[in-house]
Amino acid sequence: MSTRRVVVTGIGAFTPIGKSAPDFWNGLVSGKNGVRNVEHFDTSNFATKFAAQIEDYEPTDYFDRKEARRLDKVAQYALIASEEAIKDSKLDLEKINKDEVAVLVGTGIGGMETFYEQSVSFHEHGPRGVSPFFIPMLIPDIVSGQISIRYGFRGPNFCAVSACATGSHNIGLAYDSIRYGQSDYALAGGTEAPVTRIGISGFNSMKAMSTRNDSPETASRPFDKDRDGFVLGEGAGIFMLESLDSALERGARIYGEIKGYGFSADAYHITAPDPDGNGVTLAMSRAMESAGIKPEDVDHINMHGTSTPLGDVAETNTIKKVFGDHAKNINLNSTKSMHGHTLGAAGAIESIATLLAIYHGTVPPTINIENQDPECDLNYTANESVVRDVKYALNNAFGFGGHNSTLVFKKYQD
Amino acid sequence: MSQDVESKVKAIIVDKLGVDESEVVAEANFTNDLGADSLDTVELIMEFEKEFDLSIPDEDAENIATVGDAVTYLTGKLS
Repeated sequence: MSTRRVVVTGIGAFTPIGKSAPDFWNGLVSGKNGVRNVEHFDTSNFATKFAAQIEDYEPTDYFDRKEARRLDKVAQYALIASEEAIKDSKLDLEKINKDEVAVLVGTGIGGMETFYEQSVSFHEHGPRGVSPFFIPMLIPDIVSGQISIRYGFRGPNFCAVSACATGSHNIGLAYDSIRYGQSDYALAGGTEAPVTRIGISGFNSMKAMSTRNDSPETASRPFDKDRDGFVLGEGAGIFMLESLDSALERGARIYGEIKGYGFSADAYHITAPDPDGNGVTLAMSRAMESAGIKPEDVDHINMHGTSTPLGDVAETNTIKKVFGDHAKNINLNSTKSMHGHTLGAAGAIESIATLLAIYHGTVPPTINIENQDPECDLNYTANESVVRDVKYALNNAFGFGGHNSTLVFKKYQD
Repeated sequence: MSQDVESKVKAIIVDKLGVDESEVVAEANFTNDLGADSLDTVELIMEFEKEFDLSIPDEDAENIATVGDAVTYLTGKLS
């Protein structure tokens, strides 16, 4: 079966370090820090009092009052980023066949604040206190549904849910949808709005999150020996995908090409990474095999790198195992050091960072590396971005449950 | 009393349906004039129940289609 080449022609990014793709990129290369104290609820009893947050977010700046009330933030962020990706692609929605536009935008959790508020209302008022909008604001798939309703896109519409690998899996599935000719265009990515009372409480109870309350801006410090857990983030990242032929025919700007993916499971533990990295080895190896490339071809990897004591070492060791001597030649990074861990959006937001690194020929830094962990002994592009021609780059995303996804991006060349 | 009921009902409608207060007149129909869908109307009834601490059976709710219907019904129940 002949397949089509798949390119990215539109990008939307709504993140703690920039509320548009160009601002996000400027934030990345300048080492901007999106982490600050949580102020929209009282954190005095919380072990962690900070998160990477979208600056000055006011729903009514983007939605009318009724829409703002009927959309959990998880859908709001995705709709904002989708609008940007569509505009950025310069697709004329009046001219295309909207029946052939897929939407695969996922969230790892769904409408978390909605679940909280409606549970409180149930306790106060009983069954009749639960809003008829509770279920449609909660369910993860509503995000793709809302996007389709807004624009009239009637192509394949659903989402993969794989915790922190969600955004990545959805981009992989959308790539297939274009590659096999099932859709003309696809909006793909991830979104999350977990900076909520129960969100922070839950991750705190797992002891997964940094509690560096005296210095929030240095809390997300992947590969540093004093790292103490991840920093929660929020936002959305969306790609517009289409076939290379379609992009060339309409003279679209091509940011780069998606060349393949590798999906796998750890089959090890619900939250802890497999120290032997067997699942991650499979994901990265399958990704390179599907792209038809060798480890030596890879110039850059945007790592999952969450700033947890176990995860960063396990991923480093796996990269050394898969790439051998070439591992030290790769510019690695974890942009979570700047925008935090955005869970279901991470694989999408960081895929945007990966692709823009290729497009601009610059690898953004991992900030906050003050004393590099001796067990993390590779080149993480510490603290300063590096100008480098990047032909092939990978993005890693791993989710609770042991879901792994690696995407392969390539510089566009004829 | 009915003045009080009316202003509370209007406030709920303005808040839940995101409409302008000037549109919320007695003869305004939730669906046809104020843009409510089936879920919106269910939510309005539930909000009336919470606000006035009473229960509105489904067969009564079916007959509440306008702002005036709601004010009349609630005023009757509360008197």
